[in-house]
Amino acid sequence: MKAFAELLGRLVLTPQRNAKIRLLADYFRSTPDPSRGYALAAIAGTLSLNTVKPALIRDLLLERMDEVLFHYSYDYVGDLAETVSLAWEPPEGIVPADIPLGEVIERLQRAGRSEVRSLVRDMLDRLDTAGRFAFLKLVTGGLRIGVSARLAKQALADMGGKDIGEIETLWHGLSPPYLPLFLWLSGEAEMPVLTTPAVFHSVMLATPIGEGDLEGLDPADFAAEWKWDGIRVQLANIGGVRRLYSRSGDEISGAFPEIIEAADIAGVIDGELLVGGTMRTNRATATFGDLQQRLNRKTVNRKLLEDYPAFIRGYDILFSGERDMRPEPFHARREALAALIDAASPQHFDLSPLVPFSTWEDLDRLRSDPPDPVIEGIMLKRLDSPYLAGRMKGPWFKWKRAPFNIDAVLMYAQRGHGKRSSYYSDFTFGVWTEAEGGTTLVPVGKAYFGFTDAELEVLDRFVRDNTVERFGPVRAVRAEPDAGFVVEVAFEGLNRSTRHKSGVAMRFPRIARLRLDKLPREADRLETLQAMIGISS
Amino acid sequence: MKPETLLYPAQKGLYCERGDFYIDPVQPVERALITHGHADHARAGHGRVLATRETLDIMRIRYGDAFCGESEVASLGETITINGVRVCFHPAGHVLGSAQISVEAAGKRIVVSGDYKRRSDPTCRPFEPVSCDVFITEATFGLPVFHHPDDRSETARFLASLEQFPERAHVVGAYALGKAQRLIALLRQQGYDEPIHIHGALAKLCEYYQAEGIDLGDIRPATIAGDTRPDFAGGIVIGPPSAFSDRWARRFADPVAVFASGWMLIRQRAKQRGVELPLVISDHCDWAELTSTIREIAPAEVWVTHGREEALVRWCELEGIPARPLHLVGYDDEGE
Repeated sequence: MKAFAELLGRLVLTPQRNAKIRLLADYFRSTPDPSRGYALAAIAGTLSLNTVKPALIRDLLLERMDEVLFHYSYDYVGDLAETVSLAWEPPEGIVPADIPLGEVIERLQRAGRSEVRSLVRDMLDRLDTAGRFAFLKLVTGGLRIGVSARLAKQALADMGGKDIGEIETLWHGLSPPYLPLFLWLSGEAEMPVLTTPAVFHSVMLATPIGEGDLEGLDPADFAAEWKWDGIRVQLANIGGVRRLYSRSGDEISGAFPEIIEAADIAGVIDGELLVGGTMRTNRATATFGDLQQRLNRKTVNRKLLEDYPAFIRGYDILFSGERDMRPEPFHARREALAALIDAASPQHFDLSPLVPFSTWEDLDRLRSDPPDPVIEGIMLKRLDSPYLAGRMKGPWFKWKRAPFNIDAVLMYAQRGHGKRSSYYSDFTFGVWTEAEGGTTLVPVGKAYFGFTDAELEVLDRFVRDNTVERFGPVRAVRAEPDAGFVVEVAFEGLNRSTRHKSGVAMRFPRIARLRLDKLPREADRLETLQAMIGISS
Repeated sequence: MKPETLLYPAQKGLYCERGDFYIDPVQPVERALITHGHADHARAGHGRVLATRETLDIMRIRYGDAFCGESEVASLGETITINGVRVCFHPAGHVLGSAQISVEAAGKRIVVSGDYKRRSDPTCRPFEPVSCDVFITEATFGLPVFHHPDDRSETARFLASLEQFPERAHVVGAYALGKAQRLIALLRQQGYDEPIHIHGALAKLCEYYQAEGIDLGDIRPATIAGDTRPDFAGGIVIGPPSAFSDRWARRFADPVAVFASGWMLIRQRAKQRGVELPLVISDHCDWAELTSTIREIAPAEVWVTHGREEALVRWCELEGIPARPLHLVGYDDEGE
């Protein structure tokens, strides 16, 4: 438990992706089974434990601690698990031990309902402070350490010198504590053979069109499709086992029961998950903002199902029945996909239409002014290309609609992390709006990239020389009509937001240019953004 | 005589009217007794200063020779009488030269502990409990959540990270007086004998510690002028916490931000400061040490100063020990 607790402690505070991967890979290398497998499950969200209510932990602490002192402590720390782990005092004579994580998990899994209370108390007595914290986070079901399942899989790949695609393919066929997986990764056994057929297969990804990429390419060798603004998914139905996966291989079946129910197809398809109506029912596709209502949920209620019905717009096919279609060329796959979708529920499946074009100029026009607001660009697929896992340049390209741009005024800045810890590199910017007492700035977004290193020097200097107020780590900078800093912000779309004061939330904002030539009074107004919501999302 | 008349908080600090002196005053006064050299306790500009030799040396290093009108060395354990009030300095275990001050008149003794800790510290003399009628304790970490881990295990975590990230510079924030030297001494105790690089603000104090016979090993400046500045990959650089938000910190190879402080026990504190590797190393007592010290000394009354007074006063109430907060202003709660 010590090693796991230390790992969690470091992961929470480590901003860099590569450093996180190193911490994870080193942990997996140096920790024995089954502890490392349970740690992996806890991090990747595949561990099922009977969770303990926060009230129980609080009660256990109050068995030993004055309530007034508890309140002082909790008010100060702000997190219950942390408060309890820090304030807990084991009875005299108990020396904290390093109980292996595997043993802790197995004891929790075996414990009956009536035993939980005394088991938790006993564990708290026997673990050290960091161990108690990790334990409480586990049993209350919220690690929140900023590590995705995908990152954990990358660490596994690094640990065993394997390709992440292989791990993603295996992932859903295996379960905690992942003994065969670790045997294979540490070179002690062959790659595990799966018994569940409906596993995730790595998806094919496109590279963005860069300067000069289209020169020398013949439009006749490519098919074009719209790039829809939903989430990329893989739907599998093999031998009656139905699964829906996100593009990184996380299973999301539970959040989309209507898709699973309607998945009366045989095979594995690739498509875009969207909400609203399919083309086959002649209803409009809804925006990404609407789709977000359905994302990141474990379960879903009837109202959400009615208000935001989900469907899949088919892009490609990997398996038709048991037959592996991946080596077939694009047009052969598309025919198979069309036949399969034609036979499937019209409310839940449609086929991504082809976009006819003859020259790249045609396509550029279509890309810049697409006919549907839920389109974010064009996909180009080589007609003779097989379905290849991963992102390689050549077979598939994506050509995005130009981003939206506004001029905004810097309002707040915060120091970055790692290499950037001595730079003010996280910026909050705002636009003008009318409020009581006149025209004021309202924050509309945050961005921490898009600028060059040289531009960062300029921004950092501005922040240091123009700080008007400090709020902990945040600095407010001078932002008046005639004094301040204007930046051009590029973003991919706008959603309505009830969480932000401005009522809008930007997608993927970044600082495109420093507008040293502009005064803050020339920056955009909130009304400009509000007008964009209709067309951009 | 009531103890409140012997020593009470006045505008400029804790005042002994009968002896006409202040202890750790926050504004210039005619006569000051100083517990230790941290800036919030030891200020420049007093008329006469009585403190341990080390504390006087530290004040001289920080403020220059003219830091006060007249200085007088207090030897530990030796009683000095000031206007009929008996005063004695005892080691406090906080930093080099730190002392508690006992003040005695008309049969009542009050001990002003200043800042203190109970753990062993290779850079200063250990705290000595002194029996008294009133014990004035600090409460920097006066909440039941503060249970500081063992220094050796924290140092071991640090050394493990150095091994895990050999291509990065470990850049440590540590207060210039006490913490920095203690951390270096702890690293040396655990066998780390590579050169340790320090920010200019630490140089004079480290030199002084070395001259006092505290072995800090191979210490080198981290601020080197010229075109071929090293990036200290794989090494340790120590500086005052303020230096890390400064442009100074930009020269280091992909730095791991380390901070050595008792506050680092609270995750959110570490997160807010952008610390990647928090080291819980404190020069103050944690909760268990505060409460066991009060039990050990068993004073008739406890007065609580700077920190989380309310929780420690509550604990005393539960234990049946009369206690009250002193509400002294001007001490830096974050000075750890």
